[in-house]
Amino acid sequence: MKTIKLQLPNPGLEGRILSHQELDKLEEEEAGDRPKWDNKTQYMLTCVGFCVGLGNVWRFPYLCQSHGGGAFMIPFLILLVLEGIPLLHLEFAIGQRLRRGGLGVWAQIHPYLTGIGIASMCVSLTISLYYNTIIAWILWYLFNSFQEPLPWSQCPMNANLTGFVSECERSSPVDYFWYRETLNTTPTIEEDGGLQWWMVLCHICAWSLLYICIIRGIETTGKAVYVTSTLPYVVLTIFLIRGLTLKGSLDGVKFLFTPDLTELAKPSTWLDAGAQVFYSFSLAFGGLISFSSYNSVHNNCEQDAVIISIINGVTSVYAATVIYTIIGFRATERFDNCLSGNILTLLNVFELPEGDITDSNYNQVVQRLNETYPEVFQQLDLTTCNLNTFLSEGVEGTGLAFIVFTEAITKMPVSPVWAVLFFIMLFCLGLSSMFGNIEGILVPLQDLKVFPKTWPKEAVTGVTCIVCCLVGLIFLQGSGNYWLSLFDTYGGSIPLLVVAFCEMVSVVYIYGIDRFNDDIKFMIGHKPNFFWQATWRVISPLIMFFILIFYFVTKLSEQLLYKVWDPESDKFPTLDEKQYPVWINVIIFILAGIPSLAVPLVCVWKCLKKKKRDRSHRSSNFD
Amino acid sequence: MLWKVLLLLGLSSAWAQKLCSPGASDGYKVRLSINSALGDQAYVWNENEMFLFRATLAFAMRTYSDGQEYDVANVVVCDETPRVSFWFVVTSPLDASLLVDKRRVEEAVRKSRSRINSAFLLTDDTLEFIGIPPTLEAPVAPDTPPWLIAFGVVMGGVGAGIVVLLVSSVVQKIRKKRDGEEETGGKTENEAASDAIYNMSFSDDEPVTQM
Repeated sequence: MKTIKLQLPNPGLEGRILSHQELDKLEEEEAGDRPKWDNKTQYMLTCVGFCVGLGNVWRFPYLCQSHGGGAFMIPFLILLVLEGIPLLHLEFAIGQRLRRGGLGVWAQIHPYLTGIGIASMCVSLTISLYYNTIIAWILWYLFNSFQEPLPWSQCPMNANLTGFVSECERSSPVDYFWYRETLNTTPTIEEDGGLQWWMVLCHICAWSLLYICIIRGIETTGKAVYVTSTLPYVVLTIFLIRGLTLKGSLDGVKFLFTPDLTELAKPSTWLDAGAQVFYSFSLAFGGLISFSSYNSVHNNCEQDAVIISIINGVTSVYAATVIYTIIGFRATERFDNCLSGNILTLLNVFELPEGDITDSNYNQVVQRLNETYPEVFQQLDLTTCNLNTFLSEGVEGTGLAFIVFTEAITKMPVSPVWAVLFFIMLFCLGLSSMFGNIEGILVPLQDLKVFPKTWPKEAVTGVTCIVCCLVGLIFLQGSGNYWLSLFDTYGGSIPLLVVAFCEMVSVVYIYGIDRFNDDIKFMIGHKPNFFWQATWRVISPLIMFFILIFYFVTKLSEQLLYKVWDPESDKFPTLDEKQYPVWINVIIFILAGIPSLAVPLVCVWKCLKKKKRDRSHRSSNFD
Repeated sequence: MLWKVLLLLGLSSAWAQKLCSPGASDGYKVRLSINSALGDQAYVWNENEMFLFRATLAFAMRTYSDGQEYDVANVVVCDETPRVSFWFVVTSPLDASLLVDKRRVEEAVRKSRSRINSAFLLTDDTLEFIGIPPTLEAPVAPDTPPWLIAFGVVMGGVGAGIVVLLVSSVVQKIRKKRDGEEETGGKTENEAASDAIYNMSFSDDEPVTQM
């Protein structure tokens, strides 16, 4: 049977990569200066830590609840299998085979493809810059958790001690602590508000902690992950047990998982599921390729890919359950407070004895009073208390961690303990993801020979950390939060999709799927089966392509708005929406456009360079 | 004679009732929420409890006002509701028809608020004087913010760790160089062999260098 060979010509490939025999020889003699994992556990924990990050805790639960609860599992699981696992296996296999980092593998496949490596390095850099600021925020909250009562449980007093600070009274103590005492946020992105010294200290602390873990590369990282990758699971379990004993927790879990199958008909559900699977796996950063290249050649990368994908998926669901037990508790608490507030108002206005109105007869009493004294009742203006409204105050991201969850913690007994546990968990989740991000920057920098070879590893990591620390000072200004969401929305979304799509196409069609199949057979002993062939060749690139197009179209068509905390606005304490200034478009282009364009531009540049070299070579031959 | 006394008593109580009325300019409304404060251990509000209230208020006026000898009779209560709320006014001990100024009453209540609360096992929220907000306690501000202490501990540990790691790698390098210099004497052949292997990895780098 004639197989259709869809492959672009790639001469010279054999000369650039190590052959199978050379790989075996390298393995036996243990020569070569490439670092190695101490054992398989370190490798697995590092990859799990890289994949399992803050998104599993604060993005997935929100998506799950807002897209039909249990029904969201269906697109999530389908896309996990069709998109996540194949891409993961591909990155592991190519890294293990070519034994290079995120830039070296593409340069080896074809020098024109170096742009992919440069794009993934740029994206890793962008994301590292702001991700560590989030870790600095987490550290700030962690340091503030060692006191009773917690500082975000009550409003501070105003200057002449007559009452509470007005900004706090109009919103809530947790909002005030987040927006004023932590961020000291300005009302617009143009006002920078200066550097906040307490955040600078936490920022330096975050980068120092990262530095000490990556100071000698995977030699130190491999030890750090024993703690940073396992501790979150311990804390999640503790919170699950604590959460299940709180009132209202089961309401929260039920609300999370109640399926609404009509959501499956909306394309945005599938799009969000696909994007979540993609970002959750930390693909296209270059870090996974790099980690995998430190493995032995005959490591079973297929098994690793499947195991890590399953762990990632299960962690998302587990974290969502835990989060929603606590959210259920908080919503029930709010509902009870709302109800008792109303009951008290009614008792006071109608001078009824206490105990006349309870939770059970509330509705009947309200109806009776409304009928007998309608005018008085209208004037009261009671707020309707609805548990579902409180439950569906769906929050994600920093709002979930620093506002909703911290409020819930203040209502639990022995709050400082829970606060410390929670923020240590977030810190570990963030730090283990940072290891992968930094790997995605350091290894390409070494491949590009930015640092002289004589420099020891400690100096290379030190300089990188210091430079990132200094650039990251943007996010510590008053307007830092707005810059961070800008970077997150544009720098961390589209370029990654472009890189992932190019990765798949390069490996399958430029490196050659047949050669790739042979490589995998050499490495793990059997050829990848039909599932891998179908997903690598057709299904996964198509899915990536669709997600990319949809993202591109939605981002281009929507108005550039951002949410601000403005005490002077009418909508306060709800966030106000403002339009970005015009010069932000330049920043967006730098963040999203330059890495994406790096792929074709570098290709063209190298092509021109080669042609010039060929021409000068030919002309020198004629001399 | 008896009917004169009775008339006087009746008149005085009527007079007192006129002094105290809901919305009186020199009076305050009090509201108690005994059930929500004490739950199962709530006591029943009756005449005796009301007597205690009047006595406590008289005590407050005696101690924190002008020092005159206020008596239970000087605290007049009216408009009791099943909610357990009522209005009260304070009459001067010298002249039963004169009401004590609102501000003096407020001052006395403010200063003895905690004593009044504890007499009834209640708090500022559950024993409300409508119009007299509870004085907020001044917050206890520690000298060093606690977060700075935690930060200092962590930074100190990390700094020490970094220094230890850097020093240990420098020491390792010096030691290796010293060992290498000692061995250059007799082991040239082995070096040549290891060079051969290293050459292979250098040839690997060339395709990368061409970037």
